[in-house]
Parts: sequence; C-alpha cells; structure tokens
Amino acid sequence: MPATALEIDGIGKRYGDIVALRDLTFEVRAAELFGFVGSNGAGKTTAMRIVLGVLAADTGEVRFRGAPVDFTTRRRIGYMPEERGLYPKMAVLDQLVYLAELHGMEVNGAHRAAEDLIARLGLRDRRGDEVQKLSLGNQQRVQLAAALVHQPDLLVLDEPFSGLDPVAVDVLSEVLRERAAAGVPVIFSSHQLDLVERLCDRVGIIRSGRMVACGTVDELRSTGDAELVVDAPSAPAGWTAGLSSVEVARTEGSVTVLRLRDGADDQAVLRAALATGPVHEFSRRRPTLTELFRNVVSTEERAR
Amino acid sequence: MTATRPPLSTSAVRPVWLIARRELRSRLRSKAFLLGTLATVVVIAGYLMLQGAVFSNASRSTVGLNGQATALAGPLTDSARSLGLDVSTVDVSDLADGERRVADEELDVLVSGAPASLHALVLKDIDDDLRNVLNGLMQRQVLVGQLAEADPEQDPQEILRIVADATVDVRSIETPDPERGQRTGVALVLIALLYFSLLLYGTMVAQGVIEEKSSRVVEILLATVRPWQLLAGKVIGIGLVGLAQLAVIGGIGVTLASVTGVITISGIATGSLIWGLVWYLLGYAFYALVFAASGALVSRQEEAQAVIMPVTMVVAIGFVLAISLLPGGGTDSTTTLLSLIPPLSPIFMPGRMALGAAPAWQIALSLVLTVAAIAAMVWLGGRIYRTAVLRIGTRVRLREVFTRSH
Repeated sequence: MPATALEIDGIGKRYGDIVALRDLTFEVRAAELFGFVGSNGAGKTTAMRIVLGVLAADTGEVRFRGAPVDFTTRRRIGYMPEERGLYPKMAVLDQLVYLAELHGMEVNGAHRAAEDLIARLGLRDRRGDEVQKLSLGNQQRVQLAAALVHQPDLLVLDEPFSGLDPVAVDVLSEVLRERAAAGVPVIFSSHQLDLVERLCDRVGIIRSGRMVACGTVDELRSTGDAELVVDAPSAPAGWTAGLSSVEVARTEGSVTVLRLRDGADDQAVLRAALATGPVHEFSRRRPTLTELFRNVVSTEERAR
Repeated sequence: MTATRPPLSTSAVRPVWLIARRELRSRLRSKAFLLGTLATVVVIAGYLMLQGAVFSNASRSTVGLNGQATALAGPLTDSARSLGLDVSTVDVSDLADGERRVADEELDVLVSGAPASLHALVLKDIDDDLRNVLNGLMQRQVLVGQLAEADPEQDPQEILRIVADATVDVRSIETPDPERGQRTGVALVLIALLYFSLLLYGTMVAQGVIEEKSSRVVEILLATVRPWQLLAGKVIGIGLVGLAQLAVIGGIGVTLASVTGVITISGIATGSLIWGLVWYLLGYAFYALVFAASGALVSRQEEAQAVIMPVTMVVAIGFVLAISLLPGGGTDSTTTLLSLIPPLSPIFMPGRMALGAAPAWQIALSLVLTVAAIAAMVWLGGRIYRTAVLRIGTRVRLREVFTRSH
C-alpha cells in the first residue's frame, strides 16, 4: 500500500450554531487521485479550505507527509477554490507567472512553467488576453493552470470539472492522472459521480460534515446490495417466489432485475430461471457510485 | 520530477515586492493614469497662467498727496497713465490723518515732502510701477534744480549721478513680506495636490482590496502569502504610483511657475514640494491603511461607497478647512491646532510650512504624532484586514472583528 501523504485527522468546525464538520477523518495516499463527494453543504469546501489554511479548524489536525501542515507546506499545495479567483483584468500569461513567482519560483522557471501549462491546456492563442475576456470554460482552464503552475506537491481542487465541456474534461482528467502518476496526490470534489468513478483511485463520501464511506471504488461498490440481471423471456411473473433472500427490484420487458441480500444463492436463481425456459442473460451487476451515493445519502436521511 | 525542481524562495520580502510591482505595472500602464496625470498638469498650467495674468494686471491705486507733494497730482496721473497704470490722487491735508487712511487701506500710498525729496508711506509694500513713476517725477525735479543752479565747471556725469541717486523714500507701516502672496499660492496648490492624491490613491487601495475579494483571487493569494504581505505590497505599490505622479506634477508645476515668472521663490517652492512629498507619504500610509481596512469589510464593488465614504469625508473636511484657514497666514491657534491632529496634519502642515508659518517644534511634533498614528493604524487596520478579508458575503461588522478570537 502506498504511503500516506495527507492525513485529515478529526477535524471539526462550527459556524455559530451550525456544525460544518464533525470529527472528519480520512487520508490521501501518495500518487493517488482521491475523489471527495457529498451533497451541497455537506462540508467539502470547508474541509478543503481548512487544508489550505484559509480557514482555521476548531479541532483536529491536518498532516502532510507526517508533519502538521504549516505555512511553508501550504505554499507547496496547488489550490483551486470553489469560487473561481483570478484578476479579471490581468493577461493569462502574466497572471500565471505572477502566481508562480508568489509561490516562490524564480522568474525564468515561472515563465517556463506558465508557458508549458498554457500549451498543455490549449490556451496558447489566448495567453495575452485578459482573463475576463475568456469564455467560462477557458477561465476554468486558467484557474487549473493557476493551481498547477508552481509544480505543487499536493493538489486540492474544489469542483474542478464544473462547467467544463467534454473535451476540457478529458484534458483536465489526463493532466490530473499525469500529476498523480508523477507522485503528486490529488484530492478533488465533484458532483459528476461517473467521472469520479472513472478517474479516482479512492473515493470519500461526506455527509453532514462526517465521512460516511471511504475506500476504493471497488470496495465501496461491493458494500452495497448486489443486483442480478436475468433475461428469461418465457419466465412467468412471480417465478422467483420460491427463492429466499431475493426480491424483484424491477422488470424491464423480459428482463428481471433482482436484488440479492446476504445469504442469497445466485446459482439457485439460475436454476429457477432455466426451469422456466431459455436464459439469454444472467449477470451480476454491482451498484454504480451514483446509486451508492443515493443509497448512502438516503439511508442517512431515513436514519435521522 | 520532484527531485529536479529548484528550491522555492522562502523570503518574506520578495512576495511584498512582487505584489507591489504588480500594482505598479497595472496602474502605470493604464490609460486612466496617464490621462489623469496629463489633465492635472493642464489644470495647474492653466491656473498658473491665470494667476500670472492676475498678478501682472495693473490694479487701480489711490495715492494721497500731502503738503508740497500735492503739486504732483497732475504729473503723477499723467506719467502713470503713460505706463498703463490707473492712479487717482487725493489731497491729504493732515499727515497723521493720511497715515491712518493708509493703515485702513483706504489709501494705497501716502506721498509727502518736497517734490525733490519725496517720502512714500505704504501699508506693506509699494507697487513697483508706482515706485518707478514716483522716482521719475522726483528725478526730474532734482534735475531741474541741478540745471537751475548750473555751474559750468560741474561735471555732467556728477549731475547724472546725483539725479540717479534721488529715489523716493518708502516707509512701510507693517513689515513688508513680498513673498506672502506667492507663498500662499504655493501652499494652496500644494494642499490641493495632496488632497487629490490622498483621496485618489487611498480610494484605489480600498477598491483594490474589494476587487481581490469580489473576484475571490484573495483566497488563492492567501494560500501562499500572508495577509500582511498582501496588504503591504498593495499599499506600497499604489503609494509609489501616487508618489511618482505627485513628483512629476509638482516638478512640472514648479518649473512652469518659475519660467513664466508667476513665482520668484522657486527655492521655497521646491522645498515646499519636497516636504509635500514627505507629507504625502505619511498621509498616504495612514489613509491607505484606513481605506484597506474599510475595503476589507465588504465583498462587492457596489458596497464600496458605503465604507469608503466616512474616510473620504474626513479628508475632504480637512481640505476645505485648510483652504479656508491657510490664506489667513497659518499662524492662528485654530490652524496650529488642526495641523497637529494626525489625520489632518498631512494636509495642514505642508501648507503651513509653505507659508513659513510653522515653527520647527510644531513640525517635529506633528511628524512624531503622525508616525505614531500610522503605527496605530498598522496594528488596527492590519487586524481588521486580516480578519475580514476572507469573509465573503455580507458586510463584516467592526464589532465582529474584535469579538472573534481568530
């Protein structure tokens, strides 16, 4: 297992009477893409701002490579805030060079890094334009470049994919994978769960300021109820009646989707299906992250 | 990848300089700055030309004539008219009465004595043209006398010398201060420039702070620089822009005024300008911090006016008081007191100094008080800025800044 890079240890934050985070604990490993998902207001942005030190936690500690995150460490973090922030009247290249220098790069290195990213993100034609004159998608690319330009040791990106077209999403995904492969852990939040599922090594689901599920996508998916898709055209309604721990989730034409609970025997289901006639499809389907997320969120809601 | 990366600078000063340089570049390059500077130069040049015209315009003088001098009424009016002066004469029978009328500014000049030995009494100073007219009349009288008792053996050069030596004896009731008018002019132009600079560049600091808040760029910046570095860089950068502009405008103003002859005290004007620049820096440092702290309280440009207004009012009131009080000489107790109050010193004190009305101890005291006020604002304004600058959303109340622990 790769070494732990970033540790969020028992972080709590209150805004007056509202508890934004309670005992939030998780870790991001080296060279890992970590997806941070949760409903609006679950605490994702608060957690990220605390990591960056733009907000102070009431309790708990954030550690990077074993040491508490301090000002010097933070300068080595690439940050993309939820509310996009750039100087509207500054040219793209000037802006990136300026931010790179502020992070401590020397002037030539800053220029090289800025030019490289501009080319990589397809902004070469717009490098001399004021940021406010760019399309929203391009502004977003500049914002990402601003987070990457000082070649950070850790990337913290709040909703980096929102508002991007599919091509930009692909470019951004590739850049993030590349950085992670180079050893830079990436933590990002997103509501695009299919994207998170495709891209991330590990995922954390936050709800009401607390981590409710955390692990690899496979681990998370295996925790939910498995589904069985059976296409048996000749099967009469109620053919599963004799099977224990199996219930019909829905039927779509000749296809029956069954939900198997613990202890269910899928081979018994197959035998029952074959007994009705031909079986065209028999497959186990695990829940998608979206379904899992809905499930986690609604479970919590029911539990309230 | 990580291994080949050059080490990052950890200097605390470098970010301040980078931030200041960004402010300098973006402001100096803007058209608004160039046009603004140009417009100010034009306005000052226009003012100076107007002043020049007003100064050189012949004013109407009333001359009182006493005793034998009454005989000069006709010749005086005539020669004055030939020089473009408008002079009216009044016969004054009683010398003491004449002196009183000069003191009351009813008469500009009281001329007495024999035509060959004239005495002129004025309140402060005699108009140069009028002095020449009187000298001319007197020299003609002396020449006539010399010629009447002409001695054929007398050297004509000797006669000319005697004639040339005959000049009207001018006596002033008050000590003449030929520079007073010019000094007042310099003082007023200076405080007007200081007023505009403090207001313009102070407001610019507030708007810069709000711009960073409203565009949210502050969140990115504060993830890598400390609030004090951001604040210091911004204040220094904009302050240097203002200093450069003030120095250029002031330099052009003093040069133009000296070349066109509007002022003959270019030494005093230059000294006043240099002190003006010093006071600009002090005043700007104070107000920039106040403006920055005010700007940090709001998140949108639309709310800017509400927080900037109270500060601009203080500057404006200071300016209005200064332009109405300083022409009185700058030595009265009200002016003295106001010039020692730190928020007003940067406008009042350079004005009083240009007038030559401020004793050294008062200058020193106001400098000490102003520097102390700046130090207090560094603490207070820095604290407000640090607490409020990341609070996006509703306007931050000052009370919250001081009740919150962070």
